[in-house]
Amino acid sequence: MDDQLVIAGKAYGSRLLVGTGKYKDFDETAQALDASGAEIVTVAIRRVNLGQDPNSPSLLDALPKNRYTLLPNTAGCYSADDAIRTLRLARELLDDHRLVKLEVLGDPTNLFPNVKETLKAAEVLVAEGFDVMVYTSDDPIIARELEDIGCCAIMPLASLIGSGMGILNPWNLQLIIEQSKVPVLVDAGVGTASDAAIAMELGCDGVLMNTAIAAAREPVRMAHAMKLAVEAGRAAYLAGRMPKRFYSATPSSPREGVISSRS
Amino acid sequence: MLSITLNGEARQFAEVATIADLIGALELAGKRLAVERNGEIVPKSRHALEALHDGDALEVVVAVGGG
Repeated sequence: MDDQLVIAGKAYGSRLLVGTGKYKDFDETAQALDASGAEIVTVAIRRVNLGQDPNSPSLLDALPKNRYTLLPNTAGCYSADDAIRTLRLARELLDDHRLVKLEVLGDPTNLFPNVKETLKAAEVLVAEGFDVMVYTSDDPIIARELEDIGCCAIMPLASLIGSGMGILNPWNLQLIIEQSKVPVLVDAGVGTASDAAIAMELGCDGVLMNTAIAAAREPVRMAHAMKLAVEAGRAAYLAGRMPKRFYSATPSSPREGVISSRS
Repeated sequence: MLSITLNGEARQFAEVATIADLIGALELAGKRLAVERNGEIVPKSRHALEALHDGDALEVVVAVGGG
C-alpha cells in the first residue's frame, strides 16, 4: 500500500504528527513518540535556562538521533516579528533546517491564531526559503491566501489548542480540504481517537496533536490509539464510505425465505 | 567588565571577549543552541570570531518540548 504523505517534497509513511510538550519526563516523551509511529515531531524554541544544571539532559539528547524529522514551532509568539526571529534561530539551531511550523497567536486565553500576523510572517519566511507548515483558523479564505503565499501545508484548528473539544466545524474543514492543493492537517483540538479518525475520514492529509496524548491518563497507550485512529480514518476515506440514507433502512440479509407461521 | 543583555536580563561578565567565551562562561559549551545578537543570527562557525561589546543584546535558545 503506497499511500504516503508528501510535505515539501519529502514522503512520510505516517500521517500522525505529534508534539513533545507536557510529558512527565523525557523517557515518557520518547515512549509516546515511539508508540505513535510519528515521523515528524514538533519542538519549541526557548531561551536557555541560565540557572539550570548544565549537565541536565536536553530534549534533543533524549530523542533517538536522526529518527524524527523535527518541526520547530513558534508557539507563544504573538507577532510576525517574534515568529520570524524564532524560526531563524531554529534554522541555525538545527543546522539549516527548513521545515517549520508557523503559529502566531492572538489571545492568551483562547490561543486563537492572529491571521493577519500569520500572513505577514508567512510571506517573509517563504521568501527566506523556509518550508512553512502553517497553523491557522478554519477560514477557507485565509487558508487559500496562505497557500497562495507558498506555505507547504495548511493546518487549520479543529478546536482550541489543548482543549480536546474535537472537530467543531467539519464543514469548514471540508471546504479547505476541497480547495487546497497542498496537504491539509488538522492541528489543535483533537481530544481522543475518534476525533482523529473523523479528521482523516473528512479527507485531511494528516493530524497534528500534543495534549490529547500527553494529557491522557496513559499517554503511551493513547499514542498507540491515535496511530490506529489515523490509519483507520485514512483507510476509510480511501475506501469511500457508503452513502447515508436518512430514515430509510435496508436489511443486510435477504428478504426472501424467512420462515413464517403465516404461510 | 562586559555589560550585556542576555535573554532579557542585564548581565556582567569578566574575561568574556567573544560569543564562544560567553557560551563557555555559561557552561553551555558543546550544547545544541543558537545565538542571536542585536536581532541578527550569529552562525556557530562565527562564535569564536564575533567580539561582544557593551550594550549588546543576546538571545541564547535551545529546543524544548512543545506542540
